[in-house]
Amino acid sequence: MYDFCTDFRFLDGTLMALTRAQVESIAHLARLELEPAEIPAFQDKLSRIVDFIGELERADTAGVAPMAHPLPGLSQRLRPDAVTEADEHDLYQRNAPQVASGLYLVPKVIE
Amino acid sequence: MIHRQTLARLVGDLRARKLSSVELVRACLERIEASQPALNAFISITAEQALDAAQAADRALARGDGGPLAGVPIGHKDLFCTAGVRTTCGSRMLENFVSPYDATVVERLKAAGAVMLGKLNMDEFAMGSSNETSYYGPVRNPWNTDRVPGGSSGGSAAAVCARLIPAATATDTGGSIRQPAALCGVTGIKPTYGRVSRYGMIAFASSLDQGGVIAASAEDAALMLREMAGFDRRDSTSVDTPVPDYVAGLDAPLEGLTIGVLKEFFDEGLDPDNERCLREALTVFTRLGAGVREVSLPNISLSVPAYYVVAPAECSSNLARYDGVRFGHRCESPRDLQDLYKRSRSEGFGAEVKRRIMTGTYVLSAGYYDAYYLKAQRVRRLIAADFERAFGEVDMLMGPATPTAAFPLGAKVADPITMYLNDIYTISANLAGVPALSIPCGFARGLPVGLQIIGPHFAEQRLLQAAHRYQLETDWHLRIPERFA
Repeated sequence: MYDFCTDFRFLDGTLMALTRAQVESIAHLARLELEPAEIPAFQDKLSRIVDFIGELERADTAGVAPMAHPLPGLSQRLRPDAVTEADEHDLYQRNAPQVASGLYLVPKVIE
Repeated sequence: MIHRQTLARLVGDLRARKLSSVELVRACLERIEASQPALNAFISITAEQALDAAQAADRALARGDGGPLAGVPIGHKDLFCTAGVRTTCGSRMLENFVSPYDATVVERLKAAGAVMLGKLNMDEFAMGSSNETSYYGPVRNPWNTDRVPGGSSGGSAAAVCARLIPAATATDTGGSIRQPAALCGVTGIKPTYGRVSRYGMIAFASSLDQGGVIAASAEDAALMLREMAGFDRRDSTSVDTPVPDYVAGLDAPLEGLTIGVLKEFFDEGLDPDNERCLREALTVFTRLGAGVREVSLPNISLSVPAYYVVAPAECSSNLARYDGVRFGHRCESPRDLQDLYKRSRSEGFGAEVKRRIMTGTYVLSAGYYDAYYLKAQRVRRLIAADFERAFGEVDMLMGPATPTAAFPLGAKVADPITMYLNDIYTISANLAGVPALSIPCGFARGLPVGLQIIGPHFAEQRLLQAAHRYQLETDWHLRIPERFA
């Protein structure tokens, strides 16, 4: 597993361009497989994005609480723990790429 | 001509039986088919279901029944789930996905009697500002087919602009209703976060996504929104407050209204021709009795970088569900589970979606969460506080919806930041969760210019009133590209 913390370094307060290994590592974490030929383009564009969001650094946010939800004062509504949905197993599985006997099929996981 | 009628007028004519829904739906379907090679506004056209629904609407209207939108043709952005109808979200990932259920918005419009003619093209998973990221090909701007219609609700905006349908649903995460509405010269409203149910809306960034409308006028948008808005127990962030009658109050006068002109939005990035149109629009509001003063939102310049942390972070998490197992694209003969995940996702997603997922994965990865995600959430609060302060002084804010008019296809695909900066004026409303709309207010070198009006939480009615009063004084919203007139 790639170690981000030791490999991302700050130079004069700005982030370095992402290396090829970093881009491959991010892709792995995101469960994406990039073609070797397309990696340089991802490297370039992601580096620009990372550099751009680095602007947040200059904001003075001391003492400001993070805002996760855009409506202030509203808390997460909970519903009673009761069964309300009908069993639509067959309907939902119609969109599945591969099923057998009502089960979703995947490649063998345990040898 | 039937296609030039407003939705408000069509509702009346259908009810008075001057016009049948079947007749109207047939006329719209013909226009849609004819426009597809030039505009590509639709991903799916549901002609058969539409004609069945139109017949049902005609029967209801003959009995003197039928909902408030009985027989009116509409289109749904292809990220609203529609039972039994393919819902692609503009992606190869969902090329064969047939939704097992209706989104709440779809269900409500159906109950109101509206007839769906098809599913509208969009940027893949709503990630884009030009409609060029759609797997189903770009949508083109009806005013000039070499130009983009904006995005991500480009199909919705182009279809209404070309009068293929009188109104369409759309969604807005960072400007995806207002920006295409502005570039196509139509009216688009993004309601307050929580006002319209997100149930059955394919998720992009859950704390920012909001469903809304694109229509030809504020009155038409009000007619649609009245049916769409309201509490839904199936959306845990849906807000349980009464929905005002957006239509009934439209004529309210604007005397005594205080408009804040957003100082930071009239910056060097704003095209001078756009600025000229916007300044002229402001004088119309003054004439209508509103007071205009300048307002500053000091933290607004941080909106775009904050958004490009928050939105990709939420996107990387939301799009983790596309694993090639339960639904969506699956690769051929996977070697093992990892290979199944990786190849299914890489084949199913386009480049922009991959970039956003990877940006999100990066900002949420160990050691970076505080520096990016938490920092962006703190900045988000600063921006929300700026709005709160402004709405203590003025009733609504006005400014541009976009920096320029519609740009040529291909002009901004090389650099993601150039594309992202297209939403520089729209993103802050999503971060703060406040409602905002865009209305046409003139032309810059032959292309429409949008005026953005932003209000405090749940001020949709006031925004629609202001837009409607402006549209009674001007005729920009009635202009249709010659080719589609």
